Amino acid sequence: MNIHEYQTKDLLRGYGVSVPDGRVTHNTDNAVTIAEDLGGDRWVVKAQIHAGGRGKGGGVKVASSLDEVRQFTDEMIGMQLVTPQTGTEGRLVQRVLVEQACDIKKEYYLGMVIDRATQRITMIASASGGMNIEEVAKTDPDRVIREAVDPAIGLAGFQCRKIAARIGLRGQKISEAAKLMQALYKCFREQDALLAEINPLAELGDGRLMALDAKMSFDSNSMYRRPMITELRDFDEEDAKEVEATAHGLNYIALDGNVGCIVNGAGLAMATMDSISFHGGKPANFLDVGGGASPEKVGNAFRIVLQDPNVKIILVNIFAGINRCDWIAEGLVQAMRDQDISVPIVVRLAGTNVEKGAPILEASGFPFIMADNLDDASTRVMATLEAAA
Amino acid sequence: MSVFVHKHSRVIIQGFTGQHATFHAEESMQNGTTVVGGVTPGKGGQEHLGLPVFDTVHQAVAETGADVSGIFVPPPFAADAIMEALEAGVGVVVVIADGIPVQDMVRVKRYASDKNAVIIGPNTPGIITPDACKVGIMPSHIYSPGRIGVVSRSGTLNYEAVQQMSELGMGQTTSVGIGGDPVNGTDFVTVLRAFEEDPETEAVIMIGEIGGPQEVDAARWAKQNMSKPVVGFVAGVSAPPGRRMGHAGAIISGEADTANAKMDLMEELGVHVVRNPALIGETAQRVFS
Repeated sequence: MNIHEYQTKDLLRGYGVSVPDGRVTHNTDNAVTIAEDLGGDRWVVKAQIHAGGRGKGGGVKVASSLDEVRQFTDEMIGMQLVTPQTGTEGRLVQRVLVEQACDIKKEYYLGMVIDRATQRITMIASASGGMNIEEVAKTDPDRVIREAVDPAIGLAGFQCRKIAARIGLRGQKISEAAKLMQALYKCFREQDALLAEINPLAELGDGRLMALDAKMSFDSNSMYRRPMITELRDFDEEDAKEVEATAHGLNYIALDGNVGCIVNGAGLAMATMDSISFHGGKPANFLDVGGGASPEKVGNAFRIVLQDPNVKIILVNIFAGINRCDWIAEGLVQAMRDQDISVPIVVRLAGTNVEKGAPILEASGFPFIMADNLDDASTRVMATLEAAA
Repeated sequence: MSVFVHKHSRVIIQGFTGQHATFHAEESMQNGTTVVGGVTPGKGGQEHLGLPVFDTVHQAVAETGADVSGIFVPPPFAADAIMEALEAGVGVVVVIADGIPVQDMVRVKRYASDKNAVIIGPNTPGIITPDACKVGIMPSHIYSPGRIGVVSRSGTLNYEAVQQMSELGMGQTTSVGIGGDPVNGTDFVTVLRAFEEDPETEAVIMIGEIGGPQEVDAARWAKQNMSKPVVGFVAGVSAPPGRRMGHAGAIISGEADTANAKMDLMEELGVHVVRNPALIGETAQRVFS
C-alpha cells in the first residue's frame, strides 16, 4: 500500500527525521497563504500523486514569488500528470504540497527495503542522490552501498556510521546521519513498511541534513495492526475495479487486451495469461478468485471483468484444490442468468468435483465452450475470436 | 524415499480444531498420512477426529513423538506458531497461512537460523509424498507415486503441472510448494539439494514466478551441483511491471525480475525451459525418457 509524499513526510517528522517545512492543500488561495506563512522568498510546489518521476512531467516546480506559487498551483491542480510511471493517460492531481525551498549543497540517496536475497531489512545508500537508484546500480554498482539488519539486534549504530562514512559524510554529519537512519528504521519497523526511500537526502548550505523527497510503501498484510497507516489510503489513486474486486475478496488487475480471465490461484492466473499470449492473444486482466470461491464470488468476478469494454471473450480456468468445481459451475450458470452476458465463455474445469461440475454446465443450456485442458482452452479462445472477427 | 515428509512421518496440526484444518487433516489421513494429534491452545485434553488435542506444541511432541507440523492458524498468529514448533524440536514445519506480515517472517527466519528444521511456506498448498504423507490443502487424488520431484511457488500451477504429468503416466516422489511470499522458509535451492540427494528422484520440475532472484539462483546452483535434469517454467511473461500479481512475492521490480529474463538465464544455465505452460508435462516426458 502506497501513501502520498506529504503523508510520508508527516510520518517521518514524527519519528524525528528532518523534512522541509510545508503543508498540503487542495486550492490555490490556500497555497499562497501557506507560502506566506512559511516565509522566505523561494518555495517548491509539488503535485501529490503516488507515481514517481513527477518532476519530468511538470509536477514539481520552484516558485520565486507568491504569484508563481499561485500560477504553478493553478496549473497543477486538476491536471492529468503524466510521468514515466503513470502510463499515457496520467494521474489526476488533486492536491499540492507547498514547501520552503532549501539551499542544497549536496544530494545523497537513502533507502530501506526487505531484501529478497538476504531476507532481511536492508539499508541502501549512495552518494549519487536525486537519481534513479536502479540506474545507479546498473551503471555504477560500487556507488550503491547495502547493509542488512539483523532482526534480533536491530540497526546497530556502527552500521549507520559505516554507511554515512562510505557515502562521504564527515565530522558531525556522520552522527547526524546515523540518527536519521535510526529514525527511519524505527518507523520502518513499527509501521510494517516494505519500502522507504529518501531521495534526495540533502546536505544544506547551513550544514543540516534534510529529507527533500520521501516515499514509503507498506505491507497490506499488516494493515490489521496499523490503523494509522490504513487511514492514509487514498482510493482515488487506485483503479476503481481493483478496489471493488478487493472488497469482494478477488484479486483483479486491469490489463490492455481483450480476453477476460477468471482463474483460481495467482500462479495459474499468470500461466493462463501466458498461455493466451503464447497463442497470440492478449489478456484483458489478471483475476484470481482465490480459494473457497462461492457462486456469489464467481458472479462478482464476471461483473468486474465485464466492466472493461474491451473484453470480447472470457476464459474461465479453474483447477480446484480447496475449491469445488460444482460450486464454480453453479456460479457460472447463476451469472449467465443474472447478468446480461453477450460475450462467449470458454470454460476449463479440473480438480476437485470436476465430474459434478461439467454436467451442471451442460444441463444449463447456456452455450459454454468447454475445453479439456489449458492449451485447448487458449486454442478455443483464439478460434472463437477469429470466427467472430 | 522422498524428501522432507515420508510414510513414517508423524504429523501434528496446529490450529487443529478449525474448519479447514479439520477437513484437510481428515482428507490426508484417508490418503495414508499418519496424523498423531493437534494443538489448539485452551482445548488441551479434548479429542478431535479421535486424536488428542494439546495446549502447546511442546506437550504434543512429548506425548506423540511428532516430527512434522502443519500450521493452519490465521496469519496474525502464524509467526508465533512457527516459532513454537521450531522451539519444540519439530523438524518440518508446513505453513499454509496466506497473508503473514513480511516482517514477521523476517524475524521467524532469524529465529530458525540456528534450528535444524525445514519451514515449508508460508502461503503454500503444502507438501505431499503421494500415498505416504500429505501436509496441506492440495487435492490428493491428482498425485501418484513416481520418480519426479516437483517444486513450485504457486499452488494451482503446481496442480496444473501434476495433472499434465498424470495424463502422461508420470508420478511424483514428493511435490513441494515453497509458497508465494517474498520472505519464505525454504528456497528452491534447498529443495533441489534434497531432490538431488534423494535416490528415488530421477528428475525435477521447478515452477517459478516473476519477482526475485530465486529461480536463477537455483538454476546456477543446479548447474554446479546437480546430476539430475531440471525442467523449468516461470509464470508471468504477460505480467506488467510494478504490479503485485496476487502473490506478495510476484512483482516485477526490475528487468531481472521478468519471466523472460529469468527463463533466458535458466536456459543458459542448462535448465530445460518450457515457454508454454500447457507443455510442462510433455517437456518433462521428453527430457526424462
